[in-house]
Amino acid sequence: MKFSFLMSEVFSGLRRNISLIVSVVLVTFVSLMFVGAAALLQMQIGGMKDYWYDKVQVAVFLCPADSEAPTCSEGEASDEQKAQIEAALNSPDLADYVEEVHFEDRATAHRLFQEQFEGTSLEGTVPEDQMQESYRVGLVDAEQYGIIKEYFSATPGVEEVVDQNRLLDQLFRVLNIATAVAVGIAVIMLVCAVVLIATTIRLSAFTRRRETGIMRLVGASNLFIQLPFVLEGVLAAALGGLLSGIVLGAGVHFGVTGWLQPRMAGVSLVGLGDVALVTPGLILVGIVMAGVSSALTLRRYMKV
Amino acid sequence: MITFEQVTKSYDQRGTPALDGFSFSAEAGEFVFLVGPSGSGKSTVIRLVLREEVPTRGRITVAGTHTARMPSWKVPYLRRGIGTVFQDFRLLPNKNVFDNVAFALHVIGKSRAAISTLVPDVLETVGLEGKQRRYPHELSGGEQQRVAIARAVVNKPGILLADEPTGNLDPATSQDIMDVITRINSFGTTVLMATHDASIVNRMGKRVIELAGGVMVRDEVGGYLQEGAKR
Repeated sequence: MKFSFLMSEVFSGLRRNISLIVSVVLVTFVSLMFVGAAALLQMQIGGMKDYWYDKVQVAVFLCPADSEAPTCSEGEASDEQKAQIEAALNSPDLADYVEEVHFEDRATAHRLFQEQFEGTSLEGTVPEDQMQESYRVGLVDAEQYGIIKEYFSATPGVEEVVDQNRLLDQLFRVLNIATAVAVGIAVIMLVCAVVLIATTIRLSAFTRRRETGIMRLVGASNLFIQLPFVLEGVLAAALGGLLSGIVLGAGVHFGVTGWLQPRMAGVSLVGLGDVALVTPGLILVGIVMAGVSSALTLRRYMKV
Repeated sequence: MITFEQVTKSYDQRGTPALDGFSFSAEAGEFVFLVGPSGSGKSTVIRLVLREEVPTRGRITVAGTHTARMPSWKVPYLRRGIGTVFQDFRLLPNKNVFDNVAFALHVIGKSRAAISTLVPDVLETVGLEGKQRRYPHELSGGEQQRVAIARAVVNKPGILLADEPTGNLDPATSQDIMDVITRINSFGTTVLMATHDASIVNRMGKRVIELAGGVMVRDEVGGYLQEGAKR
């Protein structure tokens, strides 16, 4: 099969059906953009989980000097209280729940704070002596947080037990809902794209029935007759996929990296690298979708 | 080259068949007229040879191949050995004479070099030298049919099927077209031509198979067709 002849057939088909091809490009572009957005949201969640779930899951904050909590009536947590708390955390009672424990002193807390808010207006606002000491507890099962909270609810020297995952889970829930919405829209749009591609290919085959009739008559193979039509759809859909990648890239660059990241210091957000990872997938989804829908259409409407 | 054995073709199961127990055989290099009124089954025979249809009953062999048993992916290869010409020429209006003929070679994957020698050769055979760059709308009906014949035979097929090739042409032009087809037949190509044109059939003195209502009523060499036979 001559490639140059095949491509000239493809481009003559694209030219003749330009308005429909443009609509195929736009519909696949929009639908794949939602697919890509869903993928990026999930990458965001995955990235945050990797980052945070590895870190300490529950913080047992010790009483600072000026706390008003009832368990802090004796003022700042003493070395003796700390020893008791640490012993309790390592006790057989909690052995089934606690995986690891480490102490975070003021210096470490301050350093982490500085790292987290580096480059933002919060950097340097809290002196080291105002940081709070804590025990960082890794749980065997993050869901068992309640047991730790209960256990230390009346322990002198413990101001508060905070489950950091609980805060994150709220965020993850929002992101998951956003993903579900994006996937829902993407599915509807993809169905539109498939139907539109099938219609376009049918119309394209109809406008070129004279050519295809002659092709059949002189013994062109089915593949040769059908390939230009399939390639038309595939090229349009691939272009739509590429466009969605470009627009997602622009959105991430200006919206996330440029606008959101400075406001969410300390959280690593998706960047252009993630978009570059997603885009080939989007183009592939477009190609497969167009290839399958046009091949099926041609099987029904263009018999030998 | 072409053999029909007791071939019956019904397009719908209850109606009368378009072709009913039809048998004939055309040898390599033979020239056969298929005559008969409209609806007598001539076009069905052409479609069956091209394997656009398969027979309801009976067996068709084209160039040694049992067409009904042939897998559909092989059909294009059968058709490369058959040239076909129709009453309505079926040229591509946006391609010139050369490209219309070359199209038939492009789509079966012939090289550019082969195309550049085969196309001028065949255009000379059909008497269209010098008109390579003309578009179909710039040609007369007879010239357009010559282009169609050139396209049908450029791949040097063993069989030429012609379905009313002179149906749209005046008598003088029809005779020119018959001369072209006769020349192609003289190179050894088997010709099967369906026609109503009594004057052509009578002048040529070739084998004539007459169909009526899907049944063969006559098969004779040097046959005739009554002038003014009903279409």
